Amino acid sequence: MSLGAGPAPAGTLVELGAVFLGLGILARLARRVALSPIPLYLLAGLVIGSGRVPSLRLSEEFITTAAELGVLLLLFALGLEYSGDELSGALRSQFPAGLLDAACNFTPGFVAGLALGWSALSAALLGGVTYISSSGVISKLLTDLGRLGNRETPSVLGILVIEDLAMAVYLPVVSVLLLGEDMEDAGLAVLLALGAVTAFLVLALRYGERVSELFHSRSDEVLLLMTVGVVLLVGGVAIRLQVSAAIGAFLVGIGLSGPARDRAAELVEPLRTLFAATFFLFFGLQIDAADLVPVVGVAAALGVVTAVTKVGVGWWAAARSGISTRGRMRAGTALIARGEFSIVIAGLAAGAAGVHPDLGPTAAAYVLLTAVVGPVVTRFADPLADRLVPGRGA
Amino acid sequence: MSEVRETPLPGVGIRYDFVTRSGARLGVLVHHGGRRSLLVYSVEDPDACRVTVELDGEDALTLAELLGAAHIGQALAAMQQEVQGLAIDWLTVAPSSPAVGHSLAELAVHTRTGVSVVAVLRGTETIPAPGAEARLQAGDTIVGVGTAEGMQRLYALLESG
Repeated sequence: MSLGAGPAPAGTLVELGAVFLGLGILARLARRVALSPIPLYLLAGLVIGSGRVPSLRLSEEFITTAAELGVLLLLFALGLEYSGDELSGALRSQFPAGLLDAACNFTPGFVAGLALGWSALSAALLGGVTYISSSGVISKLLTDLGRLGNRETPSVLGILVIEDLAMAVYLPVVSVLLLGEDMEDAGLAVLLALGAVTAFLVLALRYGERVSELFHSRSDEVLLLMTVGVVLLVGGVAIRLQVSAAIGAFLVGIGLSGPARDRAAELVEPLRTLFAATFFLFFGLQIDAADLVPVVGVAAALGVVTAVTKVGVGWWAAARSGISTRGRMRAGTALIARGEFSIVIAGLAAGAAGVHPDLGPTAAAYVLLTAVVGPVVTRFADPLADRLVPGRGA
Repeated sequence: MSEVRETPLPGVGIRYDFVTRSGARLGVLVHHGGRRSLLVYSVEDPDACRVTVELDGEDALTLAELLGAAHIGQALAAMQQEVQGLAIDWLTVAPSSPAVGHSLAELAVHTRTGVSVVAVLRGTETIPAPGAEARLQAGDTIVGVGTAEGMQRLYALLESG
C-alpha cells in the first residue's frame, strides 16, 4: 500500500468521512430530542445495510476493525467505572435485588427463545439480551434528569454494577459455548474460563493499585498509549485463552485503580465514543432491515414484558431502601432501557454456528424499542406512580 | 452538628446528606473527579432533588466561605470592639540598644511606658509571659500590649534607654 493519497485511499477517506459526519448528525439529532444516540446508529446501519444507500465497500475493512475496538473500549470503560470497593459495596447492599433482576429479566428472553424453537444456546443469548440494562443510557439519563442526587439512585446504580459483574461471568461462558465444542470439552473450557476470570479479579483487587502505579504518568500521551496498548494486548490474549476479548478489556478496566484510573477514563472516553458508535453502526449493517419485520412482534412483546419486570425489580430494590412510591417508580422505569451490552451479546454471537439467524434482528429491534421507550417512560414516572398508587404520591 | 449520612454512588462518587433542624433535606454529591453538586431535596417528595447546582472547585470554596465566614466575621467584629484603643506591637531589640543585658524590672518597662510585655521571641524560642527578672538580649523581639503612645515610649526606651 502506498502512503500517498492515491485514488483508492481518497475514496476510503471520503466514505469514512461521510460515515462519521452522518453519525455526528444523528448524535446531534438525538441530543435535540434528549435520547440516546445508540438506536439512531443502529437504524443508520440497518438502512445502509439493506442497500438503500450506496454500501460501504471501500471502508468495510476499517469499519470491521473499528467495531471490534469499539467493543473492547466499551467494556474497558465499563470496568474503569467502578473501583473494587464500589463493586464489593454494591454486591453487599444490592445482592438480593441483583438476583431478582437476573431471575426476572433473563427468564423472559430465555423462555421466548425456547418457545420459538431456538437452541438452548440461542435462547440463553436472548436471555442475556433482555437481562442487561444499558448502564451507558441510564447513567446519562440520571444525569440529564437531575436524579443523581436522588435517594433511589444508589439502588439503580447498585443493580447496574451487579449486572456488569454478572457480565464478567456470562460473557466468557457464552463465548466458550459459541465455539460449538461438544458438551464435555465445553464444560472444561467454561470452568477454565471462569477460573481465569476469577483469578484475574482477585489479583486485580489485591494488586491493582501497585500495577496501576506503573501505569501512572504525568504525561497524558504516555498514559493513553500504554492503556490502549494493554487493553488490546489483553483482549488478544483473552481470545487465545478462549475468553472473549471484551471480557479481557473489562478486567483490565477493573484492575486499573487510583489516579491512573481517573485519568485513563477521561482520556479513553473520546476514543470510546468514536469506536463504539462505529460498532453500533456495524451491528446494524450486518442486519437486513427486511429480516426485522418478522421479529418485530416478538421483540415488542419481550419489550413490554421485560419493561414490567425491570420496573418490578427497581420498585422492590428502592422499597428495600425505604423509598416512597414515586422514587420506586423512578428507579424501576430508569432500568427499562437496554443498549450497548445487549448489542455486544448479540454481536458476539453473530455468524456463529448453532445460533439462530433471528437472534441479531430480534436483539436489534428489542434494543431499538427499549432504548427509545425506556427513557421516555421514566420521564413520566412521577405521574405514573401517582396514578398507580393514588393518594400516596408523596 | 446534624448527623450526616454518607452513601456511595458506584461510578459517580459519594453523596452526603442531612436533615436540617427545620426539616429540609440537604446534600452534597462529591463526584469522582472532585466536582461537587449541591442538592436540595423536594419537600413533598423527600426522595427527589428539587434543585441540583453544579459547583466547580472554586464555586465550592466560595460557597463554603459564605456559609462559614458569616461566623468568623461576626466573631472578629465582636473582638475588635472589645480591644478598641488597644495596640499590639512587635519591637526588636537592636544590638546597639542600651536595654541589652538588662531585666524588664531594671528597665521599669511597665512603669515608664504602661506597656505589658506578653512575650519575648528569641530565635525560634518563645518566652511567654516573661517575669520582671527576664533579661533582654540583642535580637530579641518584644511582643507588647498597651496604648499607641505607650508603644512609642517603649520604642524610645529601647533606642536610647
